[in-house]
Amino acid sequence: MTGKLPGPSPDERQRPAGRRNEQGIRIDPEVEAEHEPRRAVLSALVEHRPGVLADVSGLFSRRQFNIESLTVGTTTDEDRARMTIVIEEPEPGIEQAKKQLQKLIPVVDVRELEPDAVQRELVILKLNGDEPDKVQAITEMYDGDTLDAGPRTITVEITGDEQKIDDAIDAYAQFGIREVVRTGYASLSRGEQPTAAVNEDGTPKQVTADDD
Amino acid sequence: MSEGAQTPHADEVESEAEGGPPTEPEGESHVEPVETGADAVVAALKNAGAEYLFGVQGGAIMPVYDALYSESDLNHVTMAHEQGAAHAADAFGIVSGDPGVCMATSGPGATNLVTGLADASMDSDPLIALTGQVPTNFVGNDAFQETDTIGVTAPITKFNYFSSSPDEVGDDVGTAFALADEGRQGPTLVDLPKDVTQGETTREPTKPKTPDTYNPPEEADEDAVEAAADCLMDAEKPVILAGGGVIKGEAWHELYDFATEYEIPVITTMPGIGAFPEDHELSLEMAGMHGTGYANMAITMTDCLLGIGTRFDDRLTGGLDSFAPDAEVIHVDIDPAEISKNVEADYPLLGDASEVIDQLDDAMTRAPKAEEWREQCQTWKDEYPLDYEMPEDRPLKPQYIVEQFDEATDDDAIVTTGVGQHQMWACQYWTYMEPRTWVSSHGLGTMGYGVPASIGAKLAEPDKEVVSFEGDGSFLMTSQELTVAVRENLDITIVVLNNEAIGMVRQWQDGFYGGRHMASQYPWIPEFDKLAEAYGARGWRLEDQENVEETIQEAIEYDGPSVVDVLIDPEENVYPMVPSGGDNGQFALSEDMLDDI
Repeated sequence: MTGKLPGPSPDERQRPAGRRNEQGIRIDPEVEAEHEPRRAVLSALVEHRPGVLADVSGLFSRRQFNIESLTVGTTTDEDRARMTIVIEEPEPGIEQAKKQLQKLIPVVDVRELEPDAVQRELVILKLNGDEPDKVQAITEMYDGDTLDAGPRTITVEITGDEQKIDDAIDAYAQFGIREVVRTGYASLSRGEQPTAAVNEDGTPKQVTADDD
Repeated sequence: MSEGAQTPHADEVESEAEGGPPTEPEGESHVEPVETGADAVVAALKNAGAEYLFGVQGGAIMPVYDALYSESDLNHVTMAHEQGAAHAADAFGIVSGDPGVCMATSGPGATNLVTGLADASMDSDPLIALTGQVPTNFVGNDAFQETDTIGVTAPITKFNYFSSSPDEVGDDVGTAFALADEGRQGPTLVDLPKDVTQGETTREPTKPKTPDTYNPPEEADEDAVEAAADCLMDAEKPVILAGGGVIKGEAWHELYDFATEYEIPVITTMPGIGAFPEDHELSLEMAGMHGTGYANMAITMTDCLLGIGTRFDDRLTGGLDSFAPDAEVIHVDIDPAEISKNVEADYPLLGDASEVIDQLDDAMTRAPKAEEWREQCQTWKDEYPLDYEMPEDRPLKPQYIVEQFDEATDDDAIVTTGVGQHQMWACQYWTYMEPRTWVSSHGLGTMGYGVPASIGAKLAEPDKEVVSFEGDGSFLMTSQELTVAVRENLDITIVVLNNEAIGMVRQWQDGFYGGRHMASQYPWIPEFDKLAEAYGARGWRLEDQENVEETIQEAIEYDGPSVVDVLIDPEENVYPMVPSGGDNGQFALSEDMLDDI
């Protein structure tokens, strides 16, 4: 550079009083506002066709949303599938995740479920079969089922919320867990409130006033 | 296309023999019945009102090209490279406002489109890509020229779709076309397996339409508008930040009326250039990394920022902690996901830019009391003029060259650019008066964008002058598209601001890497004027002050593609500058100042 543009230098200029944080939110410079990550359960009604799962999972990875689980399955409408996605993010991240999901063309509607939503996860465990009676006792305690039993292994399933499943896994650990598979949450909102839904004309179904 | 001589079917089609873009014949245009999937694709493009297709032939897309053989309403422009096709179509979309169409075959054809799609995605440009694909029964088997185009392009398209049936392929193209255009514009892609385009169907595609579940917002919530209007009326230091959405949403008239009625200064983002006339006293021009000092002061000190159709990109905001930190932010956008993505919106107004500006206008009962603020903005304009030193003879200053071309052309001349220093000088020293006259690669920063973009821009607006500023680095990346400009005899003027370097990288090396010029110098570049002549274009070379005005005049007047290779001061850098992540209000006016901020 062979010169300098005219004008007062940085230290001679007016300075604003405020600041923003990393999320672009104006803050009181004295009190640094922190957004702690929280867990959110999102339900998405999507078009039931190839590639949609890849679209959704690709979105979460490229925008670096922290995803805990994602389940997908068909609905009574053969053109629609429902996904339940659990993420852990600070509040602005959760808002972004919802909006970015909604923006995908095959995504028909997205809702964040209330904490009281009905949610269940399934776990299947393959255990050493040395102590079948004790295994059976624990399976009954957790309202589970035995799916397969042989001389060397017993395979059981438990359904419940995350806490219950964690507890059951702990309880089975004494026998030796050979393999475990968890589905992640499947979830619907409680009572009359729609989960994620659309009207015939493609507009999202109205939610009740206290939901929004 | 002027002669039509190079189209695959030119000598067969009488209507093209006379030259000039074919006009609609009187009454009903000639409609061939649909017999194949490819016919349906062509019918869908015609339904959508497409005029030009930019592409490159290849195995898997051949059925579609074959269906174009006897088609007189669609003009195909064969590009040198698929990237050129994507950029030309992108620029056609920017200038016309309607989706540009690019075509390529499977595999390398499709992957060569990728840069153009990513570019369009970042800038919300209306673009539709049609890619050939291997026959459905080969898909997944690593067939010759097979690439998972849908997988590759998913993150960089608004929508993409693997078409699976000859009966539906026409509607798939229509949907993609409509989605590229409606709501927040963007690129879409339809992957066309060869068996689908070759397959039999007699089904005429329906009118292009978006899915029922696609409902972009139109009018903002009235209460939110009232609250935003109150904020604006109470502001003492209001400013409007006009983004690319003002142009995409065709809201420049509303913006002009609103800004002038309430006397609110207007800053633009880079894609927003042209949304507001830059010679207006309320215009502060562009803010951000290489924005004007006055725009950066205003955006830093404002107490009420009305952002319209902007995504608050990091090159605009600098570090978020110091971005408009005293401002309440009113954010007008058609895309809910842009609200509070980067900068928290105190007043989010979801809707179409022109509708929402009208709503705001209705809600305003008075102008903000901002006389002092406007005076302050004027003071900043006086304090921080864009300026440069002019040596008597040489080296030539790039800023001067940009100004001279601006002077030699009409107010509605279209400027296209590559990416780098030359692009920033084209932003700073050209005075933009009209929307859709600034055609550049903003978000992606694609070097090589300019030459193919000038082809698309010229075909979209054949009566306007098109000047393409290039750096030597940018020009080397896509200069082969000159062959298209020559073949189509397009009157475009390419100005290479040649500093024998990737100048912006060299500038950063000077500022931030101890002056170590690693891989940024080009001491081996060709003589671009001669290269132009080899292509069949006219070429000039400018090295000193003598002849500048005459050469510029000659190049502008020459009726065909021309290249002016301008050897500029290799030491010249772009200022003002806000370092990446820096404070806009602390912009540096020279390299020395970078150390102090």
